[in-house]
Amino acid sequence: MIRARGLERRYGAKRVLRGLDLDVARGDFTVVTGSNGSGKTTLLRLVAGLASPTGGELSVDVDRAQLGFVGHESLVYRELTAIENLVLYARLYRVPEARERIGMLLERFGLWDARNERASTYSRGMLQRLALCRALLHEPSLLLLDEPYSGLDAEGAELLDRELAERRARATFLVATHDPERLASLATGALAL
Amino acid sequence: MTYARDVAALARKDLLLELRARETLPAMVLFVLSTLVAFRFALPGGGTERQTIGLLWVAILFTSLVGLTRAFVPEREQRVLDGLVLAPVDRSAIWFGKVTATLAFLVAAEVVALPAYALFFEGLTWETVAAVALADIGICAVGTILAAMAAAGRARELLFPLLFLPLSLPILVGGVGAGVGDDPARFLAFLGLYDAVFAILAWASFEYVVTE
Repeated sequence: MIRARGLERRYGAKRVLRGLDLDVARGDFTVVTGSNGSGKTTLLRLVAGLASPTGGELSVDVDRAQLGFVGHESLVYRELTAIENLVLYARLYRVPEARERIGMLLERFGLWDARNERASTYSRGMLQRLALCRALLHEPSLLLLDEPYSGLDAEGAELLDRELAERRARATFLVATHDPERLASLATGALAL
Repeated sequence: MTYARDVAALARKDLLLELRARETLPAMVLFVLSTLVAFRFALPGGGTERQTIGLLWVAILFTSLVGLTRAFVPEREQRVLDGLVLAPVDRSAIWFGKVTATLAFLVAAEVVALPAYALFFEGLTWETVAAVALADIGICAVGTILAAMAAAGRARELLFPLLFLPLSLPILVGGVGAGVGDDPARFLAFLGLYDAVFAILAWASFEYVVTE
């Protein structure tokens, strides 16, 4: 599903990724680890198509409609409510029965009671939960998660554990994390940058 | 039809954001009114038609600058543009939605500005109103793509006017010409041609602006 050969990415004179080879097959759960600045985020952005390689080859065999992305930012509008943000994304992703699906995700991630509050009033953890709802809304077959546990409290982290375990069989994962132990039971491969 | 729905959803989102934040439209209305008042005092005798029409167009252009500078602020500050770019929509729909919303703000500001101009200076001719309508499309089409380009840069407040004002000079020429020229139809046609050419260019090239 993802194949990289000699992948390279520079930002000006700084080389963030150098000669990276990567193979992720359908159904794999690959954990990406590395110190700060090692290129984890850059790799995920390259795979998502949010950045272009400056060298090497990268092919991602999945349509944009089938890609779910959680990055450092929640990618939601702070002046809109959780519902309004998810309705916007549901329209853009053409999610069938969007209202029901949005309601189910908000319930599952513990945001139902705050559904009509603006995202600007949310805590860091609530924003991360909303970002996860956004990324899972369209049932993606490839999930790119960059530090998905970031900002989550213990309850939120357990919710995410359950969500990942449940989706494990029907999606491919590329997850950047500083805590690979947490995902050890799910992982099929690891990449250290 | 799907494309139109995407554009409508994106434009609606911008209108909703403005309804909540109330940052862009009030700034535009206050700016254009205060500019017209300042012009009124700068021309105590009222000025000639050529002078006042010229000032009206300067006011409209700079008012649009106020709105366009803020066009991509929500996307830039919260990096939401990544979310929109990832969505499986034609990326030009993002541009089209933003043009629609910006156009709505500009027209709303002009609904206040044009009567104020008529009050302070002289009555408006239909040629001027038609020229303003045509110019709005060109201003928003060009301004939106330049605002997206500038949003990615660091010196965006400086960069955007530097990119936008030279490209909007034909709009000034067409707008003033339609208001005071001997052959307004020729200038209106010129504005229409400008709209068509630049809207197509901006529509077709937006994808390259929002992706690397």
